[in-house]
Amino acid sequence: MVEFLQFTLSGVSFGMIYAAVALSLVLIWRGTRLLNYGQGGMAMITTYIAIEVVYRTGSYWAGFAVALAAGVVLGALCQVTIIRPTMNKPPLNAVIVTIGLLVLLEGLAGIFFGGQFRSFPTAFSVTGLRIGGTPLGVSRFDIFVVAAVLVTTLVLATAFRYTSAGLRMRAAAFNATIARLSGIRVARVLTVGWALAGLLGALAGVLVSPSTFLYPNSMDTIFVFGFTAAVIGGLDSPVGAVTGGLLLGLALSYAGGYLPSGASLVPVVAFAILVLVLMVRPDGLFSATQVRRV
Amino acid sequence: MRRTHRLRWQAAAIMTVAAFTVAACSSGSGSGSSSSAGSGSSSSSSALTASAPGITPTQILIGSHQPLTGPAAPGYSEIAPASAAYFAYVNAHGGVYGRKIVYKYLDDGYNPTKTASVVRQLVLQDSAYAIFDGLGTPTHLAAVSFLNAQKVPDVFVASGCECWNDPTKYSQTFGWQLDYIREGKILGQYVKQHFAGKKVGFFYQNDEFGQDGVKGILDELPASMVVSKQTYDPTNTNIGPAVAALRASGAQVVMAFSIPAFIALLKLNSLKLGFNPTLVASNVGTDAITLSGLLEAFAKQGGAKVNGNQLIEGIITDGYLPALGSTDNSWITLFKKIHDQYDAKAPFDGNVLYGEAVGYTFAQAMLKAGRNPTREDLVTAIQNGIPQGPAIAPYSYSSSDHMGITGAYMGVIQNGQLVQQGPVLTTDASASGAISTYSGSEQQAPASGIPSP
Amino acid sequence: MQTLPRRLGVAVVTAVIVWFLSVRLTTFRDFQIAEVAIEFTAVAGLTVLTGLSGQISLGNGAFMAIGGYTTALLMLHLNWPYLAALVASAVVTAVAGGIVGVAAARLRGPYLAGATLMLGVALPALAAAYQGFLGGDQGLNVVFTAPAFLGATFPLTRWQAWVSTVVALVTLVLLANLCYSRVGRNWRAVRDDEVAAALDGVNVALTRVLAFVVSAICAGLAGSLLAIVTSLVAPGAFTLTLSIALLTAAVIGGLGSLPGALWGSLLIVIVPTYVTDVATSHGLSSSVGSNIPIAAYGAVLILVMLAFPQGIQGGLHWILTLFTGPDQRTRIPRDAPAPHVTPPADEAPASHHEKEGTQ
Repeated sequence: MVEFLQFTLSGVSFGMIYAAVALSLVLIWRGTRLLNYGQGGMAMITTYIAIEVVYRTGSYWAGFAVALAAGVVLGALCQVTIIRPTMNKPPLNAVIVTIGLLVLLEGLAGIFFGGQFRSFPTAFSVTGLRIGGTPLGVSRFDIFVVAAVLVTTLVLATAFRYTSAGLRMRAAAFNATIARLSGIRVARVLTVGWALAGLLGALAGVLVSPSTFLYPNSMDTIFVFGFTAAVIGGLDSPVGAVTGGLLLGLALSYAGGYLPSGASLVPVVAFAILVLVLMVRPDGLFSATQVRRV
Repeated sequence: MRRTHRLRWQAAAIMTVAAFTVAACSSGSGSGSSSSAGSGSSSSSSALTASAPGITPTQILIGSHQPLTGPAAPGYSEIAPASAAYFAYVNAHGGVYGRKIVYKYLDDGYNPTKTASVVRQLVLQDSAYAIFDGLGTPTHLAAVSFLNAQKVPDVFVASGCECWNDPTKYSQTFGWQLDYIREGKILGQYVKQHFAGKKVGFFYQNDEFGQDGVKGILDELPASMVVSKQTYDPTNTNIGPAVAALRASGAQVVMAFSIPAFIALLKLNSLKLGFNPTLVASNVGTDAITLSGLLEAFAKQGGAKVNGNQLIEGIITDGYLPALGSTDNSWITLFKKIHDQYDAKAPFDGNVLYGEAVGYTFAQAMLKAGRNPTREDLVTAIQNGIPQGPAIAPYSYSSSDHMGITGAYMGVIQNGQLVQQGPVLTTDASASGAISTYSGSEQQAPASGIPSP
Repeated sequence: MQTLPRRLGVAVVTAVIVWFLSVRLTTFRDFQIAEVAIEFTAVAGLTVLTGLSGQISLGNGAFMAIGGYTTALLMLHLNWPYLAALVASAVVTAVAGGIVGVAAARLRGPYLAGATLMLGVALPALAAAYQGFLGGDQGLNVVFTAPAFLGATFPLTRWQAWVSTVVALVTLVLLANLCYSRVGRNWRAVRDDEVAAALDGVNVALTRVLAFVVSAICAGLAGSLLAIVTSLVAPGAFTLTLSIALLTAAVIGGLGSLPGALWGSLLIVIVPTYVTDVATSHGLSSSVGSNIPIAAYGAVLILVMLAFPQGIQGGLHWILTLFTGPDQRTRIPRDAPAPHVTPPADEAPASHHEKEGTQ
């Protein structure tokens, strides 16, 4: 029973990371109907920037803030320079461009920061919390991870729903032509969307790097699972992204704990879950779409 | 002719011309930044000849495949530059019979398909004399058949797999480092002797590295002591479930065959679970400097009582090269000097020591191979036995054994450094082979830093 | 390449050119010819699947793995000759492709991408997890030798190049036949408008599954060739990176076009080696020098995609039309509209990826 609790809590912690990545992908998808395969690479670069700041200033929070800011800037920059030209072209072009972005960022990270593992600090203790004498298998930092992702999600959701900027973004995603006719600067809105996605990715990077160590390819697996979580939840639904992330995190944690050679079978379990969900709901769990039948 | 046909013919014409051009330019040996043959045998040793592919009167070209990029690169990518540093030192002090060693190592990203490609490039295009220190088991397996079919010496593979010890099938291939089964036996015996009656859990990588290690452990350790066997996969850093399972089993000693990142993660997750077993781990994962680096950030936490160095204190491991902290050891002094001069950007850690030590061994082998060696001469030289060098136990090289270092000492990490405890132990790789204390004395490094022929 | 004689002609001419090159160039170039042929076989199948039939797949590396492992197991345990193992691999991957195609029949766009991505990751993991039969992380060794009639000194790499090229050319001819046949027209019809195609009597599901099967067979053949050319099948050879490389090759070369598959394959085989040579010859330190090819490859992908939205084949075609004037003949429309994205019920499709007329 204690084991189950420990698996659950560690699954929630990782699940929130997947949820953050999934959210960033959903943001970009909703705004631009584009899958950003470079999201993991962008998160990795901003985390490298953060670690340089932390080691020079000695302050974790300075690095944290810089990472988020860098995420915003990098997201906007990418959208303006390389993504915008691919609009109105075949959509797979944009996919290849984002893949190219990922590879380019990994190469640049190797060149400028070196390929060795970097240890990334945490803001809070990693010593486990206990109830009575029983360790729970979570630390204060894990709680911070969950809280950070939840708070960011809520802030974004509220902003989308209740501010005029959020309304503009939703309008541009709904129908860009009509939005333009209403005076909305669609191009700028798209850039903002990418900037926010960059922020979410940077957040995910900073939160997960203490557990994965930072190196040019460190976000690859996280991105794959984040993408899977987004697909499971439905790419149009932020709620779906968070749900998908949690679901995946928990399932993989249980699989790793209970199955023999579970650790190696984690991708297989993820695939199985994905297939199961998509068999029943081809557009993800929270999709509002119905498959058109004639 | 209709436009459509014209288009097609133009295309065909262009292609044919291109094909002829490519053929004309590339026929014969390929480009490559390799041997500058014919720079004149200006040296006074008039007996130097181009006795084999890759050997000219002035240089020896050797190649390697290494994971310089990709998920396997951290740590391992330091080894080849360290070997190159040692070769630079040798070259600056007269070289091997006056020839410079040119070490061309190519990135394979730990992908066997890429390994196949770069090894063929090194052999077929660059005409390397030998392949040295090819790193990784699945990767080198993609090269070994080719190298043996081409009769290219495949020396000192950087992997502890037993597969390299097959003189009949792979006559050109030699291992070097202590193989995982031998290491497992030594660790297993230690635990049996020092932790009798305790519960033991395993934490190992789910491939032949971990599995061979466990196999070796179980040759010595009674299976009744083992209460849990947990594996991990290098692509999945969430080992919380595995550590929770170890804790639940009540393991008091955890034996680990893991890479450094996962030893560090094991420690962090144990901290999270309030789990504090004695850790007995393979030397692959316990380089103190690497581990300290991985845990460095956790030493700087505000308000927390964890300290990076503290986390690795008391880890029990083995070693087959002199301990890095033993400043009175002649090999450490020599290799540190060379490192500071030729490879100063890298930290002087276990990977650098490995790279320099295996480079030294190669120099020994080349010197033994003779003034104008053929490829067979190198193989024969190793089979006739190599003096111990920096290794703390003898090599097993013979015409029937291609494995390498035969033993290790046990040690404990104290104050961020490995401290030897007890004598050097040697054994063989069979299940029943005994472990014996090695009574030979350690060799001293040559004053010149270069092995004698 | 509209009729069978023309296609066979092209294939024969190419075979002669390759034979000529393989004999004149070094044995290392032979190996690269084999690599290009292998990549081409896989990329051609993928470009047909994604370009003509509109189904994106990020998991064709998994089919290559199935083909490779089938060949390795048959040759290792049952001592089958290579030709038989090759055919068997095609059959096995066809079945696998059918299963995946059926499972994926209802998936569109990013959901299909996600599912195939996870397939590409999960299948090699399966091989790594089960040590006994599948060889685990170390994989399985494959023994392949040149036939005796060529003589003892015949370089193995040249034989491997010949075998790979023959398989690639056979694949090319068969795929070209398919693309210009009714099957190909059905694919394009389903890609462009499923409803209209269904109304016209096309069995949409069967058409889509067939595309998966064809692309899987091509990948399986490529995997089988990879097994004999590198003498090893291991999970590390079939990672997600491979699947992604196949897709990038298909798109960069020109999605939906068979010559495009060739350009893409050449790009992914030649460019990294070339850039590595340049970087190492300048003596850059290992961490910088080994990462430059990677950064350069990423930059190349971005730049080529931005400069040639129709891929290299589109770019070449544009250059050639500068000399010969606009091309009047009908050809396979390469620039397909978006793989069909089902819009959310309460939202109209987002503006810039709406379907527009061809060109």
